[in-house]
Amino acid sequence: MANNNTTTAPAPTRRARAQSPGRRRLFSFLGFLVTLGVTFIGLLAITFFIGRIVPIDPVLAVVGDRAPVAVYERVREEMGLDRPLAAQFVSYVGDVVTGNFGTAVSTGKPVIEDLARVFPATLEMATLGIILGVLIGVPLGVVAASRRGSWLDQGIRVIGLLGYSVPAFWLGLVGLAVFYAKLKWVGGPGRVDIFYDGVVTPITGLILVDSIIAGDREIFRNAVWHLVLPASCLGFFSLAYIARMTRSFMLDQLSQEYVTTARVKGVPERLVIWRHAFRPIRVPLITVIGLSYAGLLEGSVMIETIFSWPGIGNYLTVALLNADMAAVLGSTLVIGAVFIGINKISDVLYRVLDPRAR
Amino acid sequence: MTTLRDWLIDDSPASPMQARLGRFYRIFGALMHNPLAVVGAIIILVLVLTALFAPWIATHDPLRQALGERLLPPSAAHWMGTDELGRDIWSRVVYGARITLAIVTLVAVLAAPAGLVIGVAAGYFGGWVDRILMGITDIFLSLPKLILALAFVAALGPGIENAIIAIAITSWPGYARVARAETLTFKNSEFISAVRLLGASSLRVNLGHVLPLCTSSMIVRVTLDMAGIILTAAGLGFIGLGAQPPLPEWGAMISRGRSFILDQWWVATMPGFAIILVSLGFCFLGDGLRDVLDPKSGEQR
Repeated sequence: MANNNTTTAPAPTRRARAQSPGRRRLFSFLGFLVTLGVTFIGLLAITFFIGRIVPIDPVLAVVGDRAPVAVYERVREEMGLDRPLAAQFVSYVGDVVTGNFGTAVSTGKPVIEDLARVFPATLEMATLGIILGVLIGVPLGVVAASRRGSWLDQGIRVIGLLGYSVPAFWLGLVGLAVFYAKLKWVGGPGRVDIFYDGVVTPITGLILVDSIIAGDREIFRNAVWHLVLPASCLGFFSLAYIARMTRSFMLDQLSQEYVTTARVKGVPERLVIWRHAFRPIRVPLITVIGLSYAGLLEGSVMIETIFSWPGIGNYLTVALLNADMAAVLGSTLVIGAVFIGINKISDVLYRVLDPRAR
Repeated sequence: MTTLRDWLIDDSPASPMQARLGRFYRIFGALMHNPLAVVGAIIILVLVLTALFAPWIATHDPLRQALGERLLPPSAAHWMGTDELGRDIWSRVVYGARITLAIVTLVAVLAAPAGLVIGVAAGYFGGWVDRILMGITDIFLSLPKLILALAFVAALGPGIENAIIAIAITSWPGYARVARAETLTFKNSEFISAVRLLGASSLRVNLGHVLPLCTSSMIVRVTLDMAGIILTAAGLGFIGLGAQPPLPEWGAMISRGRSFILDQWWVATMPGFAIILVSLGFCFLGDGLRDVLDPKSGEQR
């Protein structure tokens, strides 16, 4: 789940080593672009392959199973299915690049339009989730590391492992039952209450931003009310992961000699932890946060299903149940591309910010 | 008793079997000193025993419907209550252990050897073989696992067999990475060169000498992955793409209980506790095993 940052810088060749740092940076940037391109082609190859192994005959789906052979053959040719696989793949890549993902059976609209409509909802939830995860997870990890072996540390460790063991859909259900139905602390499923639905014109698609633009405080408050629970459920998973990684990074630092030196010099423990030990781990934490953010896109599939959240995860599950392959593959492609994108960006950020990795 | 122990921890074992058993004994001893690992091992032992002896542990027939006893709360007769068809949830959870155990075993049996062979081949042969195999591995690793599994199941069709295949397809790359890294560390060591100088073929070197050395880190990795596999399988079952009714699969059971969550909370929550317990068990044991078998890799995973 977490160790996706496996791409390494291309090993500098003997010639590259002799060149100026500027040239070298250019080469490493080009190498990065190549791996990025290869990964995207790989993603396309996988979705293309999945589209081919579907046991449903796409031609029969169009002409029906009573069509005469001549009609069947003509449609097959029109759909390009008589051409060699490689040629089909090239035209598939061309389609995807130009934004033609096919038409979704369930909505009757082009998949790309559907995805553009639903994506902001997911983005909004995942962003709030990662903010919660960082704000709570990082301090927890630091505290756990600074009191290694204590009961507090053990407790935080169990929370971290729970993040790997609790099914997201179960957490969402229990959250709804407790905080919405029993305690009435938060709003129920959906982004806003039904009577607020469609009141605010979508500009960014992020309802919090849109309601601020429209100046509608009531809807803003209602949207927050609805967003809190799903975002917290999602945030729990990033919290668990971030706390675990922060703890392990901090333990690394706290065993270093400079920390001992600082302590011997009489620096107060709080300063040792936050000023000395915490500073060097900020950069690796960025990678962790990036990975976690990308992981939340995945987690949102389950959470959105539970909360009837009109995002990409919900769209994907509806498409899955209807065997709507154009929509399934389109969503897979978009989630996959964003996932790869976030991973690579955090990789690059790490290299730019950490002087040792340059 | 003492003699057996002495035989096990003998520093100069007389046979490979004695050495192997001694190693197991030492690992076992080290594991016993880690309380979380012990808890994890006990949980998994209970899972295996539950799966084996399900007919004796269950109090009711997991498939028998009793419409007169619909949605009863937990009681002495029905320890976890009954579902919307009057089936005893405790018995269904007990039988569900069989399905969960079957899924994780099959995924491990399919994915781990595949990843092992690919990783060892890439590490041992290097060059273009390495570049191509690891290129494919990295592409798979850079994609979200759950989404990929969902798409594969959508294409293959719903059902528990296809769910297992889809999860296996998304699980092997991690193992390939681990196996490659292990292979690289002792590929150039003297004992491998010695075997090669004796005229062993690369197949023999790999099967007889490289593969066995990768197993311990492989076991750690597989155990740590188990929780994820269980969650993915349950997720597929929840969406309706995994195990099909009336199979008492935990994820599918939660999905049935979803409509009753507000009034009959036990229908959806009980199977969830089973999932959490078993996943936690694998996490605890995996953590402990890693500390014993693979201390270098530390906390990062």
